[in-house]
Amino acid sequence: MTKPTAAEREKFEPWNDPTARPLVEFRNVTKNFGSFTAVDDLSLSIYEREFFALLGPSGCGKTTLMRMVAGFCEPSEGEVWLAGENITHMPPYQRPVNMMFQSYALFPHMNIEQNIAFGLKQEKMAKSEIADRVGEMLTLTKMQDFAKRKPDQLSGGQKQRAALARSLAKQPKVLLLDEPLGALDRKLREETQFELMDLQERLGITFMIVTHDQEEAMTVADRIAVMEQGKLIQIASPRDIYEHPGNRYVADFVGDINFIEGIAQSTNDELIKIETADGLIVECNSAASIDKNQQVWFAARPEKLTVSRENPVVTGSNAVEGEVWDIAYLGDMSCYNIRTDAGKILKVTQLNHSRTSDAPITWEERVWVSWTNDAGMVLTS
Amino acid sequence: MSGDVANKTNDGFLRRNLIGKATIWLPYIWLLLFFLAPFIIVFKISFSEIVVAMPPYRPIFDIGDGITQLWQSFRKFSFENYIFLTEDSLYWKAYLSSLKIALFSTALTLLIGYPLAYGIAKSPRNIRFILLMLVVLPFWTSFLIRVYAWIGILKKEGLFNQLLLSIGAIDTPLTLLNTNIAVYIGIVYSYLPFMVLPLYAALEKQDETLLEAAEDLGCTRLKAFWTITFPLSYPGIIAGCFLVFIPAVGEFVIPYLLGGADTLMIGKLLWTEFFANRDWPVSSAVAVILLLILVLPIMYFQQSQARAQEAAK
Ligand SMILES: Nc1ncnc2c1ncn2[C@@H]1O[C@H](COP(=O)(O)OP(=O)(O)OP(=O)(O)O)[C@@H](O)[C@H]1O
Ligand SMILES: [Mg+2]
Repeated sequence: MTKPTAAEREKFEPWNDPTARPLVEFRNVTKNFGSFTAVDDLSLSIYEREFFALLGPSGCGKTTLMRMVAGFCEPSEGEVWLAGENITHMPPYQRPVNMMFQSYALFPHMNIEQNIAFGLKQEKMAKSEIADRVGEMLTLTKMQDFAKRKPDQLSGGQKQRAALARSLAKQPKVLLLDEPLGALDRKLREETQFELMDLQERLGITFMIVTHDQEEAMTVADRIAVMEQGKLIQIASPRDIYEHPGNRYVADFVGDINFIEGIAQSTNDELIKIETADGLIVECNSAASIDKNQQVWFAARPEKLTVSRENPVVTGSNAVEGEVWDIAYLGDMSCYNIRTDAGKILKVTQLNHSRTSDAPITWEERVWVSWTNDAGMVLTS
Repeated sequence: MSGDVANKTNDGFLRRNLIGKATIWLPYIWLLLFFLAPFIIVFKISFSEIVVAMPPYRPIFDIGDGITQLWQSFRKFSFENYIFLTEDSLYWKAYLSSLKIALFSTALTLLIGYPLAYGIAKSPRNIRFILLMLVVLPFWTSFLIRVYAWIGILKKEGLFNQLLLSIGAIDTPLTLLNTNIAVYIGIVYSYLPFMVLPLYAALEKQDETLLEAAEDLGCTRLKAFWTITFPLSYPGIIAGCFLVFIPAVGEFVIPYLLGGADTLMIGKLLWTEFFANRDWPVSSAVAVILLLILVLPIMYFQQSQARAQEAAK
């Protein structure tokens, strides 16, 4: 229950360790509902002590995938393994995993204490031991003062904690969280995200979380799996998902991004030169192997672009002139939509470093958008 | 002009207010007219003496007598009818027997109604309505006719015996009609919808994820039913049992038509006192006691229920 040191945290990448045994494993799992395929031939490994997030648009099969770990849903094809055991057909009540439901699913006729004790009672644990464990869970989730309350006498945040306490009480091998923070307001959500991370580190339990809030996934997770229509598109650390998305779908789904479509001109020295239909030259450092004359997309996050009144670039590439189309002032930063002369909208964000600016860039001004060779990436699909 | 508009909105407001008040008071007015008023009349008759006249009792007082006469009339109050009820063991035996029959048939109705309601609540949404309609369907024919139909089924040469004979389950026909068994069958059959509907309402609104949560925490399906579904359906069980038990205690038609000579039920006795013996005062007293037997426990139950809810807070 000790916090890992910074060095340990840095090293925690069991998915890159060929000797590591996965804790949860999906082996070519398919789930059909009638003629509809919710999960499509999906393979996935989740490791011990990992905080794993499933991210994807509504209806992509996240909940279905999670319910297959819990046992509420049997795969149509393929196998689910847990800690070296095939659990594909094991009933839910025998699985050493617990789930925290999106609706919390607290038993309304029991108080919080009884709710937490429920799972322990099923194990035929001794009374005194149950009381100890319940007390421990109440302290862990800071719910000591609410032990005797019924669920309908709690606020949304308190219910969330109670549900968390109940699902942690049996010390499961894996804790499944289906949009656990969906019903909380923004501030409470952010607080709870950090508490969840803290809990996960202290207890050393593997967490598998479903969310469609990408910021949440980036905050809490060691690895994120991006799903679409029952398929895994990419699994990577939050940083890699953001900075090195595997394709345009992931790049677009996680965060904002600008795409510039063009044809690869030269690909020497890990520098790719792209020319667009309207003559813009983009140079980009990239290790990707790209053929000459291949159709590619240059992708750059808004914060990697700069907006200025003069063209700061000498070489003639990586800069485009346009007109300020829209400005959104968000407090910590400003968000510009620049309409290039070719009619394309580029998103640029800039931090508001100083509180006062003499002449801020304003609507309909002519400006340049520019970027460095490192600002973006080249995607082929 | 503007005053006119103001008047109109004011009118509308008043009317809405009145309608609002009326809807609140309507149930009370209803109960007052059709429950309390008849009860007061019965209550009054129960304190009077029997006479050979029309109506067959000596009124204790008339509204027309005025206040001065009222005291006089109070002195005429006689508890004789109530005393008579305690003296004749037939009455308390009938009360006890009615309570026993009602209790057993309520338990039987619950036993049959619960799986029925559960099955309907768990069935696919699109056929749920049809199943519910089937439960209510018997209401479309007269209660009397349905009870008569049971005579046809249960009598010696009736459908049921013929069926058993034809499949060789029995050699001689069973005597079912005019026994307590027939009364139980009649009550369970007649009151089943009153049990099923509140149970269905309680079961249908239950959150399916609660059962999943229970299973997730290590409960088998069966145990999850007993620890989650069943306790959460208590309100439905209580409502259903009251709806069956209360009318069953005072039931007259079913024991009269299906029961035997030894089927002792207070409803039957009341009927005899009222129509055969034309003893209105005694039968009124029987009715008043019956009401007390039912109302007092219910009131006590409600209070303990409210207290339990308070304690939970
Ligand atoms: N029991 C079911 N019967 C039929 N179709 C189902 C069933 N459960 C899920 N589906 C379908 O499978 C698909 C995936 O559902 P799932 O609940 O896994 O989505 P999700 O990714 O969790 O979405 P959300 O973010 O909205 O919760 C959906 O299109 C859904 O309609
Ligand atoms: Mg979902």
